[in-house]
Amino acid sequence: MAPGFEVEEERLFPAEGPGSAELRILSTTDLVHFVPLIEAFQKENSGVAVLYTVASSTEAFKAVTVDGAHFDLVISSAMDLQMKLANDGFSQGYRSSVTDTLPDWAKWRDEVFAFTQEPAVVVVSKAALGGLPAPETRQELIAMLRDHPDLFDGKIGTYDLRTSGVGYLFATQDARQSDAFWRLAEVMGTLHPRLYCCSGQMIDDLQAGRIALAYNVMGSYADAQLKDDSDGTVIALTDFTNVLLRSAAIPSHADAPVLAGAFLDFLLGPRGRLLMQATGALPPLDATVLSAQTNQRPIRLDPGLLVYLDSLKRKSFLREWTAALLQN
Amino acid sequence: MTERTIVTGSLRRRLVLQLLIVAAVLSVLLYFTVRGIADRTAETVQDNVLGAATIAIAEQLRADGSGISVEIPYAAFSMLGSFGQDRVFYRITQGADTITGYPDLALPEAGANRVEPVFYTTPFRDYSVRVAAVERRVFLNGVSMAVQVLVAQTRLGQQAIAERAANTAAALGIGFFVLALMLSLIASQSALRPLAVLAEAMGRRGPDDLRPLRHPAPQELAPLVGAFNGLMARLQGALSRTETFIAEAAHHVRTPLATVRAQAEIALRRAETEESRKTLRAVIRAVEESSRSAGQLLDHATVTYRSDQLAAEDLDVTAILGRVVQALSPTADLKDLAIVQDLADGPLMVRGDGVLIESALRNLVDNAIKYSPADSDIHIGAHADGGQIAITIRDAGRGLNGVRPDRLTRRFQRGTNVGDVVGSGLGLTIVEQVARAHGGRFELSQNESGGTCALLLLPQL
Repeated sequence: MAPGFEVEEERLFPAEGPGSAELRILSTTDLVHFVPLIEAFQKENSGVAVLYTVASSTEAFKAVTVDGAHFDLVISSAMDLQMKLANDGFSQGYRSSVTDTLPDWAKWRDEVFAFTQEPAVVVVSKAALGGLPAPETRQELIAMLRDHPDLFDGKIGTYDLRTSGVGYLFATQDARQSDAFWRLAEVMGTLHPRLYCCSGQMIDDLQAGRIALAYNVMGSYADAQLKDDSDGTVIALTDFTNVLLRSAAIPSHADAPVLAGAFLDFLLGPRGRLLMQATGALPPLDATVLSAQTNQRPIRLDPGLLVYLDSLKRKSFLREWTAALLQN
Repeated sequence: MTERTIVTGSLRRRLVLQLLIVAAVLSVLLYFTVRGIADRTAETVQDNVLGAATIAIAEQLRADGSGISVEIPYAAFSMLGSFGQDRVFYRITQGADTITGYPDLALPEAGANRVEPVFYTTPFRDYSVRVAAVERRVFLNGVSMAVQVLVAQTRLGQQAIAERAANTAAALGIGFFVLALMLSLIASQSALRPLAVLAEAMGRRGPDDLRPLRHPAPQELAPLVGAFNGLMARLQGALSRTETFIAEAAHHVRTPLATVRAQAEIALRRAETEESRKTLRAVIRAVEESSRSAGQLLDHATVTYRSDQLAAEDLDVTAILGRVVQALSPTADLKDLAIVQDLADGPLMVRGDGVLIESALRNLVDNAIKYSPADSDIHIGAHADGGQIAITIRDAGRGLNGVRPDRLTRRFQRGTNVGDVVGSGLGLTIVEQVARAHGGRFELSQNESGGTCALLLLPQL
């Protein structure tokens, strides 16, 4: 049966031992980051086959809420959509000794569980800056862009909020926290920014020298991709840096909720955390890091996230954003 | 003869039970009251937050060229998160058209209010939700339109609060009940204490104690005590009338008997035939016996009567003994009995009723004379001994013959070996009563050499 939603990537990890149990995961995270986790999980749970399906966050949301597709676990970086999924009753509760250790802001109703923390960062090319000091706050960033249009015209990358769920989430959280966001958007608008769907492409273009600065990039991707790059610099702005929590939820019509719970426990437990730490692309949830770096503000899993999903709200936000960013 | 008291239930148990029923009812009332208040409070708190969120959204209603728009403030929903992790739904309508939100959220039946939010509970999908609804007027193209803003939230947080409150209320109710249990035990004990004290006072009374109960009694027990005292008074009256009657009767019998005896003796002296002399002797003997019995009845009545209202005078026991011995020595002489007296040198003083003590001593000496074989000794001793005056009268008679001494002091009880001796069985009863009335003691025992030893102990003055 062909799915009613767009699948980007799909892979079946067959069971290693005898057994017929299958865990179907629908995720927005690239397969490559999850392979070691799935394989380790299968080692601990022999006889379990895992089907890993990758889709965009809106497609994944649609698959569960509209198509009623049968998945056992939905993993998404779009916190707002995960919240709406749970709020509208499309997920089921799960509790274990592992989920009980999560802080309040990292779970909602025992239905949505955060398992990573990924800051929204600025990435700059040192070479392109030409000796300018790297900005540390939004004010400094605005001033730098305003003072050096020659360096940055056509060389700024950011998410296209119309297509990227994560970009929209970062932007709305920025707007909520500070007026500097709109001033920044105005300034960027004058510099003919390039709009992207994904963090990876932004970093690629930065490394290729097509852009000099990328705003609101997923810090985990930037760290991973720029590990061996001496030119690309990752900056977590000190006025505030939004931290996205990648989260998982068990849909209400899951066929194997028990298995999904086991995978969730694995993901949140010490084994999963170690593996995520090792891959680098998925920094595991760590409250001590957040409390040590006070500029990092985790986006809380709370009903406020539903506000920007409101169609009127979204329309008016995008209208303003478009007006600011796409000035010609 | 004593009937078993029929016991039905216990006042204390009844009191405790009734107090507990009251406490249980109050505990249950307390539980429901606290729960009710907590439920209402939780609902009010949720309503306040919902109302604030609804108004915050309504404030943002605008009309622009294309229609009605609304900027839902982030805080409006975020604040709902403060009330626990409840699901949030909303709906903004203009007439029947849903501008945004969940179109299947039920509108208020009575319509929304323009000033204050209207609150109601309604099912939504699988949940029961609390809704706040408010109406605003928006001018669009010169036309005033009614726009309703609805914000709904599931009631799990409220239920969680209510559940905690219910637990607290239950704990409170149980605690209250336990406290009431302990207090009612204490209260019943304290309330029934006067009764227990009175019951104990009644139980302590001796069998002959007919005095009224002077114990302080609470108001509720006063009729009982009054009735008891009345009964005692009537009983005492009846007894004393009986005694008086007996004394009167004995007295009236004794006087004519003395006359009969005198006449019989005269007749005996004049009698000519042996047969009529024999008959007269029998008459005299019978008269003697009757006279003696009448005397003792009189004594007994006197003792009974007087021991209730004891005359208190200082008496010398040796003097009384002397009088008694002197009065009875003619009788002793008839049997050739020697009365050996071993009395203390000085006077032996007691406080008491002279008539009674003399009567007791006379009975003892008389008994000794009666049961002594002819030509034997009677030893009478009187000494002070450790705060008491011990009067002993020993005879060489037939002894007790194994009968328990306390039996002999009962009324009309006589020994098993006395068939040939005149006696009423009242003598020792009199002695015993006198001893008791004076706070003393009376004991009978068997002498080692045969015969009986009577010991009368009276407190020394």
